Amino acid sequence: MSNLSQSGNFDEFMEGLWRQNPVFVMVLGMCPALAVTVSAVNALAMGFATTFVLVCSCLLVSLMRKIVPKEVRIATYIVIIATFVTVVDYVIQAVSLELYEALGAFIQLIVVNCLILGRAEAHASKHPPFVAATNALGMGIGFTLGLFALGGVREILGAGKLFGVSLFGTHFQPWVVMVLPPGGFFVLGVWLLLFAALRRRKASRLAAQGGGHGA
Amino acid sequence: MAPESLGQIFLSAALANNFVLAMFLGLCPFLGVSARMNTAFPMGLASSFVMLVASLCAYGLNLLLTMFQLEFLRLISYIVVIASAVQLVEMFLKKTSPALFRALGIYLPLITTNCAVLGVALFQTAREYGFLQSLAFCFGAGAGFTLALVLMASVRERLQLSNVPGVAQGTALSLMLAGLLSMAFMGFAGLGG
Repeated sequence: MSNLSQSGNFDEFMEGLWRQNPVFVMVLGMCPALAVTVSAVNALAMGFATTFVLVCSCLLVSLMRKIVPKEVRIATYIVIIATFVTVVDYVIQAVSLELYEALGAFIQLIVVNCLILGRAEAHASKHPPFVAATNALGMGIGFTLGLFALGGVREILGAGKLFGVSLFGTHFQPWVVMVLPPGGFFVLGVWLLLFAALRRRKASRLAAQGGGHGA
Repeated sequence: MAPESLGQIFLSAALANNFVLAMFLGLCPFLGVSARMNTAFPMGLASSFVMLVASLCAYGLNLLLTMFQLEFLRLISYIVVIASAVQLVEMFLKKTSPALFRALGIYLPLITTNCAVLGVALFQTAREYGFLQSLAFCFGAGAGFTLALVLMASVRERLQLSNVPGVAQGTALSLMLAGLLSMAFMGFAGLGG
């Protein structure tokens, strides 16, 4: 029995990390995903900030799911989320002013990240606290990975660096458009293409096996 | 920083720093409702209206909060104002145009979580715009948002008639298109600074 519930929790965790990855599969929370991912460091910082807000809000929403009347639930969720975002905003400002300036208004814009409200509404409001927090953690880490995949590629192509370390020596001609806005759209588009192609291959392989064992 | 003229602020928000294509704000409705022209345009107008209300309220609220030194409540009060404004638009549309109300569907309440709206409020606070400047800024932002939606919708309507490889259908293709539009808008760089 305990074994079963453990694998259930692992499933909850993996759902966000891979199967329902917020960036590549659900395509939620795109605004910060594209805006701040000009470098890998920014992407990670944004990812962690979002994860923190996501986990805390989902935990609180799940704890309060029986008290909050249905009519005002969205407003309640938004106020909860806004509170945690204010906390994160002040923490980042205190820890690293440089990072705070790089991310700019996008830290405060975590409030309107559809991913967080979406998870609060679709998952946390229907599940007990522990399950909700695990799922939120998975989603958060999945989101961070997605941001990192975008930020890493854009920094490598657009500046020839990763985490500020030069990769290609002096003869590399940076592909500047990649750190400009169009690059964000292109890189995410290419990642989505890749994932769509992978899904298709898997589907056709499963069909060939006669729907055998699954993945 | 030299004070910017109103026209400069408007042009900059609408074209050079277009909210959708250069600042990545409001992407969810941009990708969600831009499939057809007859939903894209009203959606742009509805969002612009909410932006206007939010921007005006944010200006007043900011004065009030600064007066009482309650800046840490800024974010929370902005979002509550926006949520009420969206509610207002929703009731108005339901009454005047039920067909449009159904067509916009879930994306209408989602204007609350449209980063473009909160973005207008936050940016005007961060840049310390005065009243008229805020007004120019939010009109520019609204015009830019509507323009981006309409452009995208017209391209996507054309695309429905063309042959697209199966893998690329859906979001991936929309993102590529957005990338191209965004590149085109980079041509406006320098207009209004």
